[in-house]
Amino acid sequence: MTAYIIRRVLYSIPILLGVNILTFVLFFVVNSPDDMARMHLGMKRVTPQAVESWKQERGYDQPLLFNTSVPGFAKLTHTIFFQKSLKLFQFEFGSSDSGRDIGYDISQRMWPSLAIAVPVLLVGLLVNISFALLIAFFRATYIDFWSVVLCVVMMSISGLFYIIGGQYLVSKLLHLVPISGYDTGLNAAKFLVLPVIIGVIGGIGAGTRWYRTLFLEEINKDYVRTARAKGLSERVVLFRHVLKNALIPILTGVVVVLPLLFMGSLITESFFGIPGLGSYTIDAINSQDFAIVRAMVFLGSVLYILGLLLTDISYTMVDPRVRLS
Amino acid sequence: MPQFVVLWTDALILLLVVLALGFARYAAGRPHLRGPWRRVVRSRVGMGTLVVLGFYLVVGLLDSVHFYPPASDDDISGQSAPGEVMSLFDSLVPELRMRRETTYSAPLATHLYAKETIELGDGTATRGFARLKFGGAHLTDPAVEKTGDLIRLSLSGLLKGVAFSLVVGNLILMFLAVRAGNSFGTQAKHVLSGRTEVPWRVVLSTLGLMFVLIFWSAELASKYHLLGTDKVGEDVFYQSLKSIRTGLVIGTLTTLVMLPVAVLLGIMAGYFRGWVDDVIQYVYTTLNSIPGVLLIAAAILMLQIYMSNHENEFNSLVERADLRLLFLCIILGITSWTGLCRLLRGEALKLREMEYVQAATAFGVGHLRIIVRHILPNVLHIVLIAVVLDFSGLVLAEAVLSYVNIGVDPTMDSWGNMINSARLEMAREPVVWWSLAAAMLFMFTLVLCANLFSDVVRDAFDPRLRDSR
Repeated sequence: MTAYIIRRVLYSIPILLGVNILTFVLFFVVNSPDDMARMHLGMKRVTPQAVESWKQERGYDQPLLFNTSVPGFAKLTHTIFFQKSLKLFQFEFGSSDSGRDIGYDISQRMWPSLAIAVPVLLVGLLVNISFALLIAFFRATYIDFWSVVLCVVMMSISGLFYIIGGQYLVSKLLHLVPISGYDTGLNAAKFLVLPVIIGVIGGIGAGTRWYRTLFLEEINKDYVRTARAKGLSERVVLFRHVLKNALIPILTGVVVVLPLLFMGSLITESFFGIPGLGSYTIDAINSQDFAIVRAMVFLGSVLYILGLLLTDISYTMVDPRVRLS
Repeated sequence: MPQFVVLWTDALILLLVVLALGFARYAAGRPHLRGPWRRVVRSRVGMGTLVVLGFYLVVGLLDSVHFYPPASDDDISGQSAPGEVMSLFDSLVPELRMRRETTYSAPLATHLYAKETIELGDGTATRGFARLKFGGAHLTDPAVEKTGDLIRLSLSGLLKGVAFSLVVGNLILMFLAVRAGNSFGTQAKHVLSGRTEVPWRVVLSTLGLMFVLIFWSAELASKYHLLGTDKVGEDVFYQSLKSIRTGLVIGTLTTLVMLPVAVLLGIMAGYFRGWVDDVIQYVYTTLNSIPGVLLIAAAILMLQIYMSNHENEFNSLVERADLRLLFLCIILGITSWTGLCRLLRGEALKLREMEYVQAATAFGVGHLRIIVRHILPNVLHIVLIAVVLDFSGLVLAEAVLSYVNIGVDPTMDSWGNMINSARLEMAREPVVWWSLAAAMLFMFTLVLCANLFSDVVRDAFDPRLRDSR
């Protein structure tokens, strides 16, 4: 097991390196730092001096890969690739183009993101599993058919509509909770209720339908028939046999997204004005702050790979039939 | 003579249509592909949604033929600035395109939505709701005449729609009767009682419903702004219709762009195994591990810089917007090809152990030939299901991306851009709701139909799922 985990961790290093090189190419080769400087300073009437000083302030004034102006080993380290890209491996994100420390901002902003993402995940899981189990109980009836149709209808509505509609109905017409904003501590609850509810509702369609297929797949297996043949009631069959076994794919599916919860949701956070990592990313995209976008790309990749690793480990833990090779 | 312009996406759409027709021909001659399609065609949900999708497709295709209108000063189209690219669809609905108000007006309104200072004939000014230039302009006293006029227009639209559907329906029935060798009466009885193999009753009723809707909306839209106007006074109904093309392009071209790469790499990884497999797996794991939205954001940011640095390379705004749309498709494709690639790899791994492939290898058939003759035809259904399944998700993704400003060009009509602007409109007092509602309605219909249709296609092609029901 340990050997397996170590091998998996080692395998993720070349992948992260690949991500790193890709972002480097995207941000520094496709468009030179000069382009970025001109973009930020305004396109017209920019003096070369202004471009140079902009680059110098942010450390973009070095060569990309190889610095001939300094001696020895520094030829490789005094470069944009080393300073800006490879430093990400140490989780040194540097400062954003507007001068703030990205690492500090991330550590501050991940908590509001988690405060939304975790309840959405947990409540959503509970709601979806209950609905799916209920539908599985009524399988091959009109209730089953119309529930699936309802799920497809709910899936077909854009997530944006749930947010805009929910905000309008609950906050603007009924004045139940504030439209947007955030607060520290327990005061945050009134700001979080609506985004969480909307997040759960938005996920019901796809989630319930997916879990229903998982349950139905399980219900058709031989051991369920045996259980029924023993004379167990449908309730016991569903809860003790089907639910337990169907939880394996459900939970391993959840594990892969666990680390990504830190990243927050772009849309929800920006609509509700929650200072999490999602709105951080959106603000960076809108203000064209490349340093932040680069840091978030890298962070996201690390978390995704962590998720894959956790998934593989959790498979072996919940299902003894899975052998590590 | 209009001078035709072929935009990049137009050319690709044309290619897609040609490919689809070619595939249809190919599939018609092969029972293992024709069988599942026959099941799709026999499904009531499948045919009903197919008809609705067909209408979207027609609008999208009409909107994909672009040309410079012939320069003439005397007719209406002379109002458009010279050099403005028009589409065939635009020329079919000139009144929707040309009738611009000054700002917001509610659906079917005759007055503007906000008060403004109106200059009266005698030189004095009052504050009030100004009359619209075009919406209901034929009425002398809107307060009295409007309701009656709306009812009259609706009735005439509905009647025309019913009449047209009856004509079309009877023509189809006649065709069916001739083909089946029945008399018209028997055939009609068969269809109406739902006893035909293909659910013609569903097809005909959906067609009829769509025609009635189209005639009704055309009748109202000819005199009013059916779905109101937006901030700069443009007709929202027209915007929603124009957005259809954007949605379809995103939904289909993205898959088309990524298809060759995904199919080639997926099959190669599964077929050759060894280091080829390792390299390809490495590539897609790396790409997959970057969160999609962020990769798109990064790429679009880079494109924006490139475009603002090379402004004079683009002849017109339309061309620029089009290139951005194509680029968005490519980027979306890059983030979404990995799933299909993995599926194909698994399938190719399975297929290469099949007896017929082993036999071909033993006979000394080359790799390329084996892949083309034996592997590719047997994974086609997976490719097809992926194309259909991805569509609705991509249409929804466009809206989200445009909302974050990393979607299509802001000058391009798209449901995402409409929703994006609606965000501020919902905060206004009184609320401007029609842009949002229109975008949602059109998008919802398309996505719902696509979802239902893809379910039918998947069930038809995937025997494992079918048996478990």
